[in-house]
Parts: sequence; structure tokens; C-alpha cells
Amino acid sequence: MIWDLHCHLTRALRGETPAEKAAHLIEVGDRHGIERFCVYMGIEWKRDPDPDNFPKQNDDILAAVEAHPDRLFGFVYLNPKHTRKSLDELNRCVRDGPMVGVKLWVAHKCAAPELDPIVERAATLRVPIFQHTWIKTTGNYPGESTPMDLAVLARRYPEVPLICGHTGGNWELAIPAIRDHPNVSIGLGGFDPTAGVTEFAARALGADRILWGSDAPGRSFASQLSKVVGADVPETDKEKILGGNLKKLLTPILKNKGMEV
Amino acid sequence: MHRRRFLQYSAATAALCAAPRVAIGQSPGAPGFIDTNVYLGRWPFRRLPLDAAGRLAESLRAQGITEAWAGSFDALLHRDLDAVNTELADTCKAHPLFHPIGAINPKLPGWRETLRKCHETFDMHGVRLHPNYHGYTLDDPDFTALLAEARKRKLLVQIAVRMEDTRTQHPKVAVPDVDPAPLLASLADLPGARVQLLNALRTVSNALLLQRLGKFDVHFEIAMLESIEGVRRFLDRTPGTKLAFGSYAPFFYPESATLKLRESILSEDELSALQFKNATALLPT
Repeated sequence: MIWDLHCHLTRALRGETPAEKAAHLIEVGDRHGIERFCVYMGIEWKRDPDPDNFPKQNDDILAAVEAHPDRLFGFVYLNPKHTRKSLDELNRCVRDGPMVGVKLWVAHKCAAPELDPIVERAATLRVPIFQHTWIKTTGNYPGESTPMDLAVLARRYPEVPLICGHTGGNWELAIPAIRDHPNVSIGLGGFDPTAGVTEFAARALGADRILWGSDAPGRSFASQLSKVVGADVPETDKEKILGGNLKKLLTPILKNKGMEV
Repeated sequence: MHRRRFLQYSAATAALCAAPRVAIGQSPGAPGFIDTNVYLGRWPFRRLPLDAAGRLAESLRAQGITEAWAGSFDALLHRDLDAVNTELADTCKAHPLFHPIGAINPKLPGWRETLRKCHETFDMHGVRLHPNYHGYTLDDPDFTALLAEARKRKLLVQIAVRMEDTRTQHPKVAVPDVDPAPLLASLADLPGARVQLLNALRTVSNALLLQRLGKFDVHFEIAMLESIEGVRRFLDRTPGTKLAFGSYAPFFYPESATLKLRESILSEDELSALQFKNATALLPT
């Protein structure tokens, strides 16, 4: 079972509408046996979207999920700088809609107190939060979180499932930074297939805290799958990383929504 | 149930890796599956799971690779490149899957003698350059002189455009990507010079530049080619460019490159070009 934690519906995909783009994503994913795709953010992105923009991006995802309900899971994209609108979107897309997770990108650092109401609402709804993280030698965007920022948030909310997106890019720094926070998993997608990352993560965190994702269509499924297929870890760990762990993470919200697990 | 499906996937992956061998045939004399972008030695900043030659050879063979063109990681920072090339040649002799590609730095005194040894002593068919680690650009007259000398000897010149995402480099060794654009002028003056750009296709995304380079004897490989169906998209976007197979193992998991062949729908001709025909065209005639 392969479930992809990290996909988008951007221009690299064929088609004009979200549903058409999702169909292309699924068509290519089928060549690798990928069953489910978590999708977030719209066809056009903004790093610091205003309160009118991120609901429109979420509309793209809602349209795609409606067209492919058996293959896609939607995560709601929020901007913590706009708390009221973010909470409204959580209600619209998750509480009252089909979405099953939260996506936070680079608008605001995740250690900031403005995150708290969003995290608390997500906890009530029992959905995981995917936080984009990077440690860039070349310098982060002003609002771009590091895994160290995520560790601060994890300390405030030790019961809320958090995902360290991109494994912070510089994974030898990122994994130790979140190691002591068992509620934080890493997302393996969206960085080069540098050999050793999965073995390092499995040693430091255990396989249960590693989630496979691709960051397609910007990345190939191929390069990202190789991080698990090519890793020197037991086959049982590969099964968990490729889908078992994500399924477990989403089970509470899927059950809440009456979806078959 | 889940276990079985996973095993099916694993079997499918293995089948993918075996498929090229079936497609091109393995009868005596049949061409193989050539990986044009492999390294031996130690990456300076971390141990890699496959940085022992024997283990790397075993892993590449499991992917269906029958020949791998290997440079040395030591070439990035060492100054005694004769010693680096001697060790590389010895390792390749011990592990015949690998064909050594010597390291040259045209900014070092004596590079012509190092080039001569690569060609005449070690019988190498090409040399690999790391301009970003050695501190020169491709409009440097010393580089042009090297290109001319390699052309005279009918040697392939591989240029590593990047070795690592600039965002993840060690902060004390932050190295920019190589700009291949000046090659256009050098190659106009040196018809017949054969160049392959390694690890170029994540950073060099200008289709016009790629096509202009492709009009010369400039080749590419797929190790850092990204995006969904990346190989198919590249072939459609830059028709006529010469694309070979490259894994950049052991820095990357070797499966990354072989799985890319599965992800794109390719004709038999395109597949055989990727697997060996385009690489074979890089060899001295």
C-alpha cells in the first residue's frame, strides 16, 4: 500500500481544471502503484496569501477531491497571519467538508503564538498539521519555518500530530532537532534523493515516525520513491513508511467522517 | 493483504530494473545498460551507504546496469589528481563494472601531463571536470585549452554542473552551480569536441539554451531531471537533445534513475537511446 503524503495540482500537470490535473497525477501515480494522494494548495500559489486568496486555493482542492473521492485526500491551506479566516476555512473544509488535514507553508513561522488557535482547532477536529520546513544554507524566506521552530510548537502541543515537511531539507540537522518530540513525524518528500536519509531517520526516530511523500508534480514520484525502495531498512519498515504510518495518522479523522479505513 | 501488495510493488520494481535488459537483449555481443554518472571514493561531508566500490557495483547490477562510468569524489578537494586518478583506475580494475573517468583541473600546473596519463596510461575514454569546486568558469581560457586538448585526443569531457543542492551545502563550502552558457562560444571554435553535462537538468531549465547546446556535441543525463514524467517532458520540450542514463550513485539512491524510466511512457527507440545508444555515441570512434 502506497499513500503519498505530499502532492500539488500545479501547472506541471496536464489539464486546466483541478479535476483534470488530479486525473493526470493519478494516471502517473498508478504506474508506481500509488493508491492515495494527499493534495494541498491551488493551481496558483502565493507565499503569503490574503484572506480572499487561500479560500480560493482550497476551492481548487475541494473540486479535485469531489472529482476523485476514492483517490484524493485534501488538506486545507491556511495563513496563520489571518487567524479568523483560517479558523473559518478549517470549519468549512474539514469540519463541514471532506478535507482531512492542515497545510501550513511559508507565510508565518510556526513557533509564533498566532498558530495556537489553529493548532487547537485542528486538535479538536483530530487532523494532522503538515508544516513546510527547510534549513537553507542559502537562507530561508522571512516566514519560512525550520524544524527547530516546529520543535517549539511541538513542545507547546505535545498531543497534536505534526509533520516536519521536506525533513527540513538539511536532514542531518532537522532529524535531531525534532527527535525528542514524539508527536512530530517527518515527511520524506520534496528534496533530492540523497542516499542515507531514510536509514538515518529510521535509526534516530524509528520507522513509525517517517511518512513517504513525493511533492509531485514538481518532483518525480520516481526520485522520491527511491528514498524508501532503495533504503537499507527492513521490508516491514518500508511498508509503514510508504503508507501504513500515514493511514494510522489519518484514521481518527477518516473514522470521524465515516470513511472506510 | 498489505504485505502482499507491497511485495507486488517490490516485484514490480525489480521487474522494471530487469526490463531494460530484456528489452535490449543480453545475448553475447548485445549492448548493455550504461550509467554515465557514478562516483567512487568518499563524499567529503558524510558517509554514503554505498560508498564502498563492491557494494555499489552490486547495487547497480541489481538495477540492470552493465557498465558504469565512474569519477572520484576525491577530485573535488584533492590537489594531487594523479594520485586520485591512479586510485580510481586501480579500483575500477578490481571492479570491472566501472570504467574510470579521470579528474582534471585546468587551473593546476601540470594538467596536460595528468590528461596524458588519463589517456595513455590508464586508457580512460573521458575526463570529468568540477569547475565550481576548482574555481573557474567555462569562459576561462584554461578550460578552453583543456577542451581543445581533449578534442585532439578524442576524449569525452564530462562537466559536473552541481554536486549538491545549494540549499543543503555545508556553509563553509558553499559552491555555486556551473553556468553552461559560455560553452556555446567555446564549442563554436572547437567543432567535434564532445561534452556531457552531468547533474544539469535541475538547474538548467532554459529550453532554448538546452537546444542550442544540443546542436553541438553536448549530451545530458537524467540523474537530476525532476518533475512528474520528467524524462517524457524533457524529450518533448527539447527535441533532438541527446539524453543518456545517469544515476549519480552513490550520492543518490540508484533506484531514483531507474524508476524514472518507469514513470515516463517511452518508445522502444527512446528507451534504447537512454539505456545505451546515446552513451555509446560518446565513446571515441
